[in-house]
Amino acid sequence: MNFTLKIWRQAGSTTKGEMVTYPVADISEDMSFLEMLDVLNEQLNARGEEPIAFDSDCREGICGMCGLMISGKAHGPEVTTTCQLHMRSFSDGDEITVEPWRADAFPVIKDLVVDRSSLDRIIQAGGFISANTGSAPEAHSVPVPKAKADRSFMAAACIGCGACVAACPNASGMLFMGAKITHLGELPQGQPERDARVVSMVNQHDDEGFGGCTNIGECSSACPKEIPLDVINQLNRDLRGALMRGE
Amino acid sequence: MKMLMAVSGALFVFYVLVHMYGNLKIFAGVEAFNEYAEHLRTLFTPFLPDGGFLWLFRVVLIAALVVHAWAAFYLWSRARGARTTRYVAKAAARATLKSTMMRWGGVAILLFLVWHLLQFTIVKFNVGSLQAEGNPGLLVISTFQVWWVVLLYLLALVALGLHLYHGVWSATQTLGWAGSAAARRRAKTLGLIIALVTSVGFALPPLAILFGLVKGI
Repeated sequence: MNFTLKIWRQAGSTTKGEMVTYPVADISEDMSFLEMLDVLNEQLNARGEEPIAFDSDCREGICGMCGLMISGKAHGPEVTTTCQLHMRSFSDGDEITVEPWRADAFPVIKDLVVDRSSLDRIIQAGGFISANTGSAPEAHSVPVPKAKADRSFMAAACIGCGACVAACPNASGMLFMGAKITHLGELPQGQPERDARVVSMVNQHDDEGFGGCTNIGECSSACPKEIPLDVINQLNRDLRGALMRGE
Repeated sequence: MKMLMAVSGALFVFYVLVHMYGNLKIFAGVEAFNEYAEHLRTLFTPFLPDGGFLWLFRVVLIAALVVHAWAAFYLWSRARGARTTRYVAKAAARATLKSTMMRWGGVAILLFLVWHLLQFTIVKFNVGSLQAEGNPGLLVISTFQVWWVVLLYLLALVALGLHLYHGVWSATQTLGWAGSAAARRRAKTLGLIIALVTSVGFALPPLAILFGLVKGI
């Protein structure tokens, strides 16, 4: 397969970037999107040009490291991560634009690599439970109803890739934050810090410069883990409760 | 901030429903309509002075309007600040006209509101041909015999309907009342019903007047 790639090139965080066009030829339809970029980078290396910087780690769709805006869609046309997107999802001869996640809370480091530490700082603000270290307690000593365990696990599937922020017209991080609130809020272990958690996470989210949710639903459509919009409802409900209780 | 948005919006939902109901009085004739308009001014008298209830109502609405618009502009500017570098290409996965037009639709409704208040409350200018000095019912009929006024109102009602549809469901989400898939469907259906009832209910009197079903004299 042959493609025309239009890729965002930016030498560093402070330099100005631009879209550069690269043709690629003889791509196998079984290649992942990242492998296709690897092929292009080998050619760039051979020509003595600077290869395109992009993030990736596990390449099996579970780590949340990779993430590209592909022709205007976060992680491209399929509901999966960029590394699990294959070239058979495109047609021969397609023109594909490749951009980094765009949000002021995600500054570009180089080319397609963005700094997502703002998500880490939101987690640090409250996305944890305080527990004594030592040997793990007997699992059956804290019963968890099946429905709650399932919903918690569904929310815990978030890999923190940032596609929700990238897809949101307001660059809001509320699906990410709602997933963590739901994950911990459904479990008994998450209850003691529940009110404090939601308030400090929301404050950190706003301080990082993310926008607010207007309930459009782009985030959930872009999420490779298909986390539903109702985690944002959970976030809002917890926040309302916490503010009323004077947190 | 978003809660202020939701609560002030809910006040407007309540208000437009009452307002729409009042407008339908025109079908009972000019007399009934004028009586209703007069009644609004004398409601709860002598406990309140003449027009007292109406002004209390207006003060609450104005406060809600200020809060709603201020919150909207605050959130809008924050959202703009959250992505100062735009995408070269951006495809929408499920954003629809009603959800993306909340802001511009809101501005359109605000502009319409100014025109509407000038026309029927503050200046009471008459673009039609009937003599309607001091007679609100006749002023309404005279106004809506003019086709472009009706068109303007219908456009505003489309904007209002879209705004309500997304707004009602969005408010339930912001207040944390749409926790499950079923509750979310109910919230969306409620939004659709309120939007349809309001815009169709408002559209009936102008259309009936334009097509001569309600003549007034």
